[in-house]
Amino acid sequence: MEKQVKQETMALNGDEAVAFAVKQCDVDVVAAYPITPQTIIVEKFSEYVANGEVQTEFVCTESEHSAMTACLAASATGARTFTASASAGLALMHEMLFVTSGSRAPVVMAVANRALSSPLNIHGDHSDSMAERDSGWIHIYVENAQEAYDSIIQAFKIAEDVGVSLPIIVGLDGFTISHTLERVDVLPEDAVKQYIGERQLPNVLTHEGKTVPFKLDPDNPMTMGPNALQNYYFEFKRQQEEGMKNALKKIQEVNSEYAKISGRSYGNGLVDAYQLEDAEVAIVCIGSTAGTLKVIVDQLRQEGVKAGVLRLRTFRPLPVEELRNALKNVKAIAVMDKSMSFGGFGGPVFNEVRHVLYDVKEHPLIVNYIFGLGGRDTSPRNLRRIFEDIVQIAKTGHVETQVQYYGLRE
Amino acid sequence: MTTQEWKFTAKDIASKPDLFLSGHRACAGCGPAAMLRLIMKATRGPTIVTQATGCMEIVGSVYPYTSWALPWLHTAFENAAANASGIDAALKAMRKKGKVKQEHIDIIALAGDGGTCDIGLQALSGAVERGHDFLFILYDNEGYMNTGIQRSSATPTGAATTTTPAGSVIPGKLEKKKPITEIMLAHDMEYVATATPYYWKDMLTKVRKGLEVNGPAFLHIFAPCPRGWRCEPGKTMEYSKLAVESCVFPIWEAVNGKRQLSTPSKLIALAPQKKKPVKDYLAGQGRFRHLYTPQNKHVLDEMQRFTDERWERLLQKCESA
Amino acid sequence: MSREKSWKEISIAGVCSKSSVGFMTGDWKTYTPIRDLAKCTKCLTCVMFCPEGAIKWRPEMGDIEFDFSFCKGCGICANECPTKAITMKIEGE
Repeated sequence: MEKQVKQETMALNGDEAVAFAVKQCDVDVVAAYPITPQTIIVEKFSEYVANGEVQTEFVCTESEHSAMTACLAASATGARTFTASASAGLALMHEMLFVTSGSRAPVVMAVANRALSSPLNIHGDHSDSMAERDSGWIHIYVENAQEAYDSIIQAFKIAEDVGVSLPIIVGLDGFTISHTLERVDVLPEDAVKQYIGERQLPNVLTHEGKTVPFKLDPDNPMTMGPNALQNYYFEFKRQQEEGMKNALKKIQEVNSEYAKISGRSYGNGLVDAYQLEDAEVAIVCIGSTAGTLKVIVDQLRQEGVKAGVLRLRTFRPLPVEELRNALKNVKAIAVMDKSMSFGGFGGPVFNEVRHVLYDVKEHPLIVNYIFGLGGRDTSPRNLRRIFEDIVQIAKTGHVETQVQYYGLRE
Repeated sequence: MTTQEWKFTAKDIASKPDLFLSGHRACAGCGPAAMLRLIMKATRGPTIVTQATGCMEIVGSVYPYTSWALPWLHTAFENAAANASGIDAALKAMRKKGKVKQEHIDIIALAGDGGTCDIGLQALSGAVERGHDFLFILYDNEGYMNTGIQRSSATPTGAATTTTPAGSVIPGKLEKKKPITEIMLAHDMEYVATATPYYWKDMLTKVRKGLEVNGPAFLHIFAPCPRGWRCEPGKTMEYSKLAVESCVFPIWEAVNGKRQLSTPSKLIALAPQKKKPVKDYLAGQGRFRHLYTPQNKHVLDEMQRFTDERWERLLQKCESA
Repeated sequence: MSREKSWKEISIAGVCSKSSVGFMTGDWKTYTPIRDLAKCTKCLTCVMFCPEGAIKWRPEMGDIEFDFSFCKGCGICANECPTKAITMKIEGE
């Protein structure tokens, strides 16, 4: 088994941490288009290219659509590929996100989560990647710059697993993580390279009757991206779902393997539970909000309130069992959503959590707080109030408003 | 680029195995299919083909069947050139790391006029500006034939399509055909050319020259579509000849911006009396049938005038080069 | 036609497992090309222009050969033949 290695501490913001991880991952192709708050990633990476610190081909495309296309095509050629985007850029990629997952190309993408127009807003929320929930990508949301660094390295290991062979989004909160300087412990480059190794390719059967590695190779020609009609399309979609199921295992495996060399793990890789064992009230969230919530939980615990936090780290594949087990004994839950599902019943995280708990016999009372849209600040004081709300709900068993907008002027 | 003139003989080409295989599902008499089968024989070694969504993409890849003997990738409609960019970048990066054993691999990106002149123009312009090493081949059948014959910017004036129907007020498409090769030439490319499958030796030579360029090259091939043009399937090659003879689609090549007419068009330039009237080319094409009425005669006149004007302009460009 | 396979039996991402040379398009045709051997000069124009690759040059025979399992009967060969050696006939006539 791997031994923990000596690490160096750097002062990096989330974007820089991502770029640094990509530098260490022996990536063949980076194709990207700048967009706030992701831009630092491509700028920083361009410096590595310009200074000869990487052997990567960096393609500055003319749009995000072409960036994703180039990543997919490079991946289909056998290359390890990375891109980064956000907001409108991710939305422009929308079509290609589906094509990339359907083509089983393990592209890794950092998304510095940002609001979607209109009105135009460059600040952080989760509207962009939540809109891509069903695009067939694995979605991991990180809590801080350290986790952004670690998760990018892990992402290659997860996506490129032959049983997974799916692309992956690592979401980091725009500005809150992307632009905030933190202490980040980084592994030595050879340790990273050794850990992720060379890209492995699944085998496929070609029209020549040969079983060969899945890539565009003149020695073993194959047809990639055909049209499959009513008789076969469905089968390929089912295969993708199997990749997702395998990812559920792989993410946990990578989380513990990586802990051995780095000393860092994030819950079980899927959910990061904090003080949940005996919690009577809990907040479920994704991303950086969890950091603040954990501090509040410590305060509440000192005051005798049995509070806990569940950070949903892996949003796709959804860790159904882990969510259910972690939350089934809680009396009242507040789910935090940094995006809206207009006309729906609460935000997307709320929908998932509530849905998962439906089968629990005496299921908890669950409320939804939509917050922080367009970068609206949510103070620790506000978050504490949410705990106070659910303490009340747990006590009375009464829910007044199921879906609320927090920090909004009425 | 080498200056060697490639001599493709009928026997050599006929002896080469097909790389775009029989059993594809193109319509009978399909110009693009005939062209595709031929041009693949001008490849010179290890080659990867990538293709935009469109007729020729669909007919050759109906799962589980493929008509592609070469490694082939399709991802979407508007991005054939971006596919080529990704493949090129991957090969370059992996070659540096010793992960590609072939010394060189040619990349061909194929798209129809929709995937080139309209929805694919941005990706194409970007990939060319970045200097990726690929040959982009536009097969121009002058419309969105795959979705059922709709207008594209490459549809010529006067043509009836399902989105520019010949109505009682509007006689088909009113706008001119987009001069895509001029746009590509303005990108300062090393090699830009036009061809038609009737002059197959010329066409194959141009494919080979395009592949030899170390960087982007663009080839515009005129490929009649019997279904969309409402003409007899047996006339595909005839129309690809008449288009040249009437100067509706002159064939030429530009090496480093220096433009030269190819032999069939050059012969017309030298002996203008050989230039056929546009109506000879239009005859038998159902998409222009509505123009043969007194009220629409002005469209025919306009087409002749416009064809003459573009031809004259082309001659000047060839002379000044 | 062979049995259609389950999702567990096929390769990922739609990588094609069969060559279209196993998909006969010859039954699409209404017209069949008939060659007049006396007129044919074996110039190979028809071989060049056939969209289907259904006319083969057989160097060992010094002759061409029609593969009717792919010929869609478009008539390009007949239209382009410089010696008018090919005529299109309705199948069965």
